[in-house]
Amino acid sequence: MPLADARAICPALSTRTADPEGEGRALEALRRWASRYGPYAAKDGSDGLIVDVSGVAHLFGGETDLLWDLSARLERARIESNSAIAETRGAAWALARRGGGVIPEGSLLASLSPMPVSALRIGPEVAEGLTRLGLHRIADLISVPRAPLARRFGAELLRRLDQALGIQAEPVAAEADPPQFGVRMTLPEPIGLTADVMGILDRLLIRLCDKLASAQMGARAVRLELRRVDRSAAVVEVGLARAMRDPVRISALFRKGVDEVDAGFGIDGMRLSASVTEPLAPEQLKDVQIGNGKARQEDELSDLLSRIGNRLGFDAVQRFLPASSRIPERSFLTVPAAYAAAEPFPSRRRPRRPVTIFPPEPLAGVSGNPPARFSWRRMGFTTLRAQGPERITPEWWFDDPAWRSGVRDYWRIETREGPRLWLFRTPQAASVFGDWYAQGVFL
Amino acid sequence: MRILRDQPPVAGDDPFQLVNGRVHEVEGKGRVGFALFHAARSAGPIFWIVLAHDRNRPMPGALPEGVAERLHLVEARNETDLLWAVEETLRAPPVALVIAAPEKPTSLTAGRRLQLAAEAGGTTGLLLIQEGRGSNAAETRWSCDPLPGPQDSTRHRWCLNKNKKGTLGTYDVSWNGTTAADHLVAQAGERHQPEEPPG
Repeated sequence: MPLADARAICPALSTRTADPEGEGRALEALRRWASRYGPYAAKDGSDGLIVDVSGVAHLFGGETDLLWDLSARLERARIESNSAIAETRGAAWALARRGGGVIPEGSLLASLSPMPVSALRIGPEVAEGLTRLGLHRIADLISVPRAPLARRFGAELLRRLDQALGIQAEPVAAEADPPQFGVRMTLPEPIGLTADVMGILDRLLIRLCDKLASAQMGARAVRLELRRVDRSAAVVEVGLARAMRDPVRISALFRKGVDEVDAGFGIDGMRLSASVTEPLAPEQLKDVQIGNGKARQEDELSDLLSRIGNRLGFDAVQRFLPASSRIPERSFLTVPAAYAAAEPFPSRRRPRRPVTIFPPEPLAGVSGNPPARFSWRRMGFTTLRAQGPERITPEWWFDDPAWRSGVRDYWRIETREGPRLWLFRTPQAASVFGDWYAQGVFL
Repeated sequence: MRILRDQPPVAGDDPFQLVNGRVHEVEGKGRVGFALFHAARSAGPIFWIVLAHDRNRPMPGALPEGVAERLHLVEARNETDLLWAVEETLRAPPVALVIAAPEKPTSLTAGRRLQLAAEAGGTTGLLLIQEGRGSNAAETRWSCDPLPGPQDSTRHRWCLNKNKKGTLGTYDVSWNGTTAADHLVAQAGERHQPEEPPG
């Protein structure tokens, strides 16, 4: 039914856009949780989960109790659900969509027989066709000869029937869990010295880095949780300027953070996890002693960036990238150095640009056009030579508050006092001598 | 670059060579130009450490060739963080040059710590200081000012005011940032010519 028709029937209808991706993520999270009931848990369509509970039920006190436990926990999380346990996957699917419950062993046929044929995971047109032939219930279907059925409705119907009755096996295809990059260690006695914590951290790091290496991943952020005796926890987090899995280099970054942690009555558990990871292909072993100085330099440089980034923030270390814009402030990009590689700048000598740039500062005491005399930053200047004007118009497709005043005429002014300044004025401004600004200093 | 005049005779080829593994200071209005001159001559990563509220920033498109892509700009929140960042970068061997612009005068302790860090890492440090706010620990202190010059020339006066291991001197140079580093040294032979009066 189109939305317009639905609105016509019920004007107070509230609508929301479907979010299949978000629902998929939620179902995936639920699937991970559901693996507490059995080793194989898989998604079943877009709205179902299937768990293989063979040989598990006694751990929860029987199948009925297991089902009760499941629905109670889901209810506490405000998730409405229907669940069923049966010998076959098809039977469980059918029962879960028709009230739920448990089909005890041996009574599969008896429970399935009264159900309508649409409970067999078949398409609606097949179900409709069967109904038109007078085959309303599964019991009717079982007694009919198979060959004509297959000819008329295809092999799919019989396969579904066999799967529901357990004649054909249907395993639960659980997906492989994504690798979990976390390791922990519980200590028999609490510890409190920095050196002890660092020693255990080194042992944990070796295990974590082995895990990362086997998955061909590198860590970008590592989180260390120190559990104290009184059940409180301290967290130390470090960021890395480059994806890496070298225990020694990561351990060096933790020293400052671990030093600052208050051990309280002692630390008796540590958990280390790589909270942000990136793919990192295996590299050829580098012989540090013999050579390969370039790779070592890069390692040392990324260590330096990590150290600075962990104290000042990774945004504080910046690198410049070229950008194509005539506007001086946007002729380059400033990006965090840890997240961008260097790019060469095009060698462009004209028009001349200042080496130092700052936000426009108004000049005082301006006389002449271009100014023959002016003062800037409380210093008086007399013009020796003036080059210009170079007119720069704002980019109309980009609304920059600083450029709302319109076009600017830039001048390179050499002063008798020495400094060579980059001045501009907005020619459309009302006054003749006013509105001069300085924006840069030339070499 | 052409050296137009040097008053005392200078031993060695290059009067502007900064001793490696030490921290130097430069003051005056042309200090950024002096720093860029050394940035262009160095090979390797350059770190430029400024305070976050400092509004003067290098403009990468106009820097000497090859400097902009090697440049890392570090923004420090306060003076302590700035000195810490300078010390850390000086200690890192792959860094070629560390340029920093502190606002307060550097204490003798801080200056000495920076010297030790530079020695440990074998890097060169250059502090862009305000007038008269230097530290006694500095290896050399330069005072750089732009000079008015004839048409199409960019003149600078670079005075060496303090030198722990050599003589002082005043040099008038013409350097516009386009020439490559090795080219500068090759032309230094013209230094004994008398200077033309500035036009």
